[in-house]
Amino acid sequence: MTIQLSALSALGALVIGTIVAIFRVSPVRVLRFLGTSYVNLFRNTPLTLLMVASILGLSFILGLSWSDQAKTNAFIWAVIVLSIYHAAFVCEALRSGVNTIPAGQAEAARSIGLTFGQSLREVLLPQAFRGAIAPLGSTLIALIKNSTVAAVIGVADAAGLMAVIVENETGSLPVFFIFALGFVILTLPLGVWFTSLSRRLAVKR
Amino acid sequence: MSEPLVVLTDVNKHFGPLHVLRDINLTIGKGEVVVLIGPSGSGKSTLCRTINRLETFESGSITIDGKPLPEEGKELANLRADVGMVFQSFNLFAHKTILENVTLGPIKVRKVPKAQADKRAMELLERVGVAHQAEKHPAQLSGGQQQRVAIARSLAMDPKVMLFDEPTSALDPEMINEVLDVMVQLAKSGMTMIVVTHEMGFARKAADRVVFLADGQIVEEATPEEFFSNPKSDRAKDFLSKILTH
Ligand SMILES: Nc1ncnc2c1ncn2[C@@H]1O[C@H](COP(=O)(O)OP(=O)(O)OP(=O)(O)O)[C@@H](O)[C@H]1O
Ligand SMILES: [Mg+2]
Repeated sequence: MTIQLSALSALGALVIGTIVAIFRVSPVRVLRFLGTSYVNLFRNTPLTLLMVASILGLSFILGLSWSDQAKTNAFIWAVIVLSIYHAAFVCEALRSGVNTIPAGQAEAARSIGLTFGQSLREVLLPQAFRGAIAPLGSTLIALIKNSTVAAVIGVADAAGLMAVIVENETGSLPVFFIFALGFVILTLPLGVWFTSLSRRLAVKR
Repeated sequence: MSEPLVVLTDVNKHFGPLHVLRDINLTIGKGEVVVLIGPSGSGKSTLCRTINRLETFESGSITIDGKPLPEEGKELANLRADVGMVFQSFNLFAHKTILENVTLGPIKVRKVPKAQADKRAMELLERVGVAHQAEKHPAQLSGGQQQRVAIARSLAMDPKVMLFDEPTSALDPEMINEVLDVMVQLAKSGMTMIVVTHEMGFARKAADRVVFLADGQIVEEATPEEFFSNPKSDRAKDFLSKILTH
């Protein structure tokens, strides 16, 4: 199950991450903002939190289920959450890859009449993927580790966990969400700070 | 003058508080070769870049062959294809072969079949003297060779006008002439060209007109002979005395 989980999530993360990376380098300001927000939000939220919040919160409380079978349901949620979470890292890896391409190449692409989409497909992304292989590799490794944890603890026990929550429904959920909120409030500014720091320290060429 | 091809009317551009282009009025005729010259920071690159809209401008108008520059989008991409640009730093696509660099535009933008694009590209590479390097990657070529490939890449789009922004200033001295020779040939073949360069030899040999830019304004326009031997404005005299003593 770990392998299945890893493979599906890696695929999802790659697709979502590429889309978010395109947002982050696009000439449209709103898309850039959305891309940046996505990365800041998901990079700074602990995976466990997302996992529990989706499986228990969304699925159980709001009734957003994918399958009647608790186990299948948990598996699908795990794939979604792992994809969404690691996409933030894939995006950053790709963006660092894009940054290794001299800006002149994008201009040259535009000046021979390629549209933004064509420049991305033909010139920027192929080089960005090559430049991003190392950080993409470490993201993949992290993803596999995380899926293992998710598979062993999360998915398998989600059904059991739910039963526990049902039993002492009162009290525990609000506490959990307050804790979650606190965590986001703590980590988000830290992430924003690091982003601005890395921007200030980036090598200008 | 021949039929006008590129017409700039009262073009103004700012970078924040900096007024980089001031009321630029410039008409370039079909087949004309114009050399843009001026001190560093006078706005030569910016002027080139606004002509194919790599930079926006705030007021005035620029038309190419009678058509005004469209807003960003597909239409603009098509217009850019009609305006070739050669950069100081070559900017070849590092992951593609020399041949692929030249055929990318024709195949993707002009929708030319690959076999035909390859054939045309080889002819152009032959013309600039790098046909035997077609299967290599840009990093394996010398600067002079890369710049000649960049010229072939622009030519492959059959542009109406070519812009050159200091095409030889990043090159080792012994490679400058091989690039200038290609440009002189191109000028002789009737291509409309706007060339930012301090190479007076090229200006004398190939240019119909020299346009002297200082602080974002066109200060003087004259034939190369007249401009280099008998500049009118003090700015131009001062500038020429500096580059001549070097
Ligand atoms: N992207 C930019 N943002 C802000 N200012 C810019 C930008 N590009 C150029 N400038 C400024 O605009 C002015 C004109 O620049 P431009 O590059 O057009 O000059 P140039 O004549 O080509 O100079 P050089 O001979 O050094 O290449 C300069 O003062 C430059 O610092
Ligand atoms: Mg310049």
